[in-house]
Amino acid sequence: MPVQVRGEVVSVRRAGQYFVLTVTAPGVAEITRPGHFAAFAIGDLESSSLILRRAFSIYGVQSRGIYGGTMDVVVADSGPGTHWLTQRRRGDSLDVVAPLGRPFSLPREPVSCVLVGGGYGSAPLFMLAEQLRARGCRVDMLLGAATEEKLFGVLEGKRIASMVTITTEDGSLGEAGRVTDLLPSVMAKANAEVVYGCGPMGMLAAIAGIAGERGAYSQCAVEEAMACGIGVCMTCVLPVIGDDGVTRMVRSCVEGPVFRGERVRWDEVGTIPADTYGAPAGDHR
Amino acid sequence: MTRAVVRYDTGDAPPPKVDMSTTLAWFAMPSPVLTASGCAASGRELDQFFDISAMGAMVTKSIMLDARSGRATPRMAETPSGMLNSIGLQGPGIHDFIEHDLAWLRERGVRTVVSIAGSTTQEYEDLAKILRQHEGIDAIEVNISCPNVADRGQVFACRADTASGVVASVRRSTDPSVPVLVKLSPDVTDIATIAVACDRAGADGLTLINTTLGMVIDTDTMRPALAGVTGGLSGPAIRPIAVRCVWQVRQALPDIPILGVGGIRTGRDALEFILAGAHAVSVGTVVFHDPSAPMRVHAELAVELAARGFSRVSDAISYAHRPEDADLSSDAEDDELNPPEWV
Ligand SMILES: Cc1cc2nc3c(=O)[nH]c(=O)nc-3n(C[C@H](O)[C@H](O)[C@H](O)COP(=O)(O)OP(=O)(O)OC[C@H]3O[C@@H](n4cnc5c(N)ncnc54)[C@H](O)[C@@H]3O)c2cc1C
Ligand SMILES: Cc1cc2nc3c(=O)[nH]c(=O)nc-3n(C[C@H](O)[C@H](O)[C@H](O)COP(=O)(O)O)c2cc1C
Ligand code: FES
Repeated sequence: MPVQVRGEVVSVRRAGQYFVLTVTAPGVAEITRPGHFAAFAIGDLESSSLILRRAFSIYGVQSRGIYGGTMDVVVADSGPGTHWLTQRRRGDSLDVVAPLGRPFSLPREPVSCVLVGGGYGSAPLFMLAEQLRARGCRVDMLLGAATEEKLFGVLEGKRIASMVTITTEDGSLGEAGRVTDLLPSVMAKANAEVVYGCGPMGMLAAIAGIAGERGAYSQCAVEEAMACGIGVCMTCVLPVIGDDGVTRMVRSCVEGPVFRGERVRWDEVGTIPADTYGAPAGDHR
Repeated sequence: MTRAVVRYDTGDAPPPKVDMSTTLAWFAMPSPVLTASGCAASGRELDQFFDISAMGAMVTKSIMLDARSGRATPRMAETPSGMLNSIGLQGPGIHDFIEHDLAWLRERGVRTVVSIAGSTTQEYEDLAKILRQHEGIDAIEVNISCPNVADRGQVFACRADTASGVVASVRRSTDPSVPVLVKLSPDVTDIATIAVACDRAGADGLTLINTTLGMVIDTDTMRPALAGVTGGLSGPAIRPIAVRCVWQVRQALPDIPILGVGGIRTGRDALEFILAGAHAVSVGTVVFHDPSAPMRVHAELAVELAARGFSRVSDAISYAHRPEDADLSSDAEDDELNPPEWV
């Protein structure tokens, strides 16, 4: 169950092109699981002109220490809201709602897992890797980005994972190309039964496809534009096939952001597929 | 120091002693602060952040007869102090709503205003008849900002005749003990004309206002930002429009109960609506910013009222309409000097 807390910025530090923001969030650490996200209010609750919260995957949590419970997120400065967050200083206060969404599910058996992160999409994968390792799973990581500067957590990955494979589109670090080019070989080497992914929609679609072809199970964390993050507004929907085989427009903030790869109708994200529950007859733009 | 946000917190000072009870027609509430339709789903999610049974009432997402998938995404775009939405009334249909949502609200003891929407006058009437068979409904809010299939998709709310047609049939078909509120659109030439028509057709109260139509072009793609092209603008950006609508309707209809909604973010904002003529207010989009906003606004409103010498919220209703010379009178705080007598 999420809580709304007034947190205090502990630090904002640079990591490549990103910023790691650490904020106190009493009561959040204990209930956070890998794949959960947090939503931050931008500016003052009484006067800000940016009235929608910004969502970030939770990168790490500490339940104890001199600050009490804290939480870390990785922020890419990509607009006015994220820019404001990167400009926070130690001691500034932040209104936080967390943990939100449905986290990654963990396998019961100690199976081999590949964790794929695109850009800052690797943020939730380190906590996940630790928990998988604690269950005896083999963990391999595949991290990719457009450039070296846009990779996040390479060193940390090397510390946690059995093997880390890096790709950059410009070849500035690791192999030149995309994570999905290397995923089949990484899966084969690790004999992987489960693939976890977090990153852009196109990457997730490809991961789900590759995992499916190889009979592996995939879990993908999506990033849809969200107005509320708590399930009340219906803006963050995408077409997902339910247990009953019926496609519904489901809220990615409460029923996601993590979905089973084969359940999302990736090619039709942004549309209402004609056979969706409640779809208007003949109008499925 | 950090601390969890304590619900109902009014700071360190004891909460001021202001009678916050109000009514919408004959529906009595201990607080004048409600949620807004479509901004609080059916209550379960917000109940994680504060005790929703303490609010004035929960206004549920507009429900239609059948399940609806809603529109394609993107469904929203942020705008200065507001947002555009084009959800397309996604919902499970009335029967599922009654079975799951209404039942839950009732069990949870939440005062509930059920919002209904239709694409024909008949559909509104059918919804009213179905709801008549169920308990736990304190009021019905009729969302008439919906395209009328019989009128080339023009919304019911934009013409006096189509609006009053829906109102009359819903009022006729609804349990007489349940007040019917009609929610108007600001996108009309003269909102008072529509309000008067709804009043004559039997509306027990009015909700003012729904979103106002807007549009954003994405300058990267150089196409409309929303899949639905246009969307409803909401949030603090529209507050002055909403206050103006409440004011104009109060001038035209001195006695009609009004639920004010549009951009309310603080207790001060809520007070503005009440002074303009609202009996109660709904907090909509701001819930996305601050999920505990309804309780915060309630607490702040009590402080604002106390600071102005009001001991009851009901004394502040329509107070901005008092005559020019009322402030000169020595006993300006006497009850009989308060509107609606003045308007
Ligand atoms: C579940 C989830 C997890 C995320 N995790 C991270 C993370 O770990 N690190 C990180 O840097 N970013 C993350 N994002 C994306 C981040 O929320 C957006 O980059 C941010 O909202 C942009 O805000 P802005 O004001 O800087 O940009 P603007 O582009 O000006 O934002 C305008 C509006 O669009 C929305 N928006 C814009 N881009 C996105 C986007 N990519 N996803 C969702 N909404 C968007 C904003 O919330 C805002 O309402 C995540 C998004 C989601 C939904
Ligand atoms: C995402 C969203 C969905 C909405 N859905 C409905 C709805 O289903 N029925 C309705 O009558 N109004 C709906 N509204 C309008 C609100 O109830 C309210 O009238 C309007 O947003 C103005 O108030 P606000 O500025 O406080 O949000 C919706 C508004 C938003 C932002
Ligand atoms: S963001 Fe509002 S329902 Fe998901």
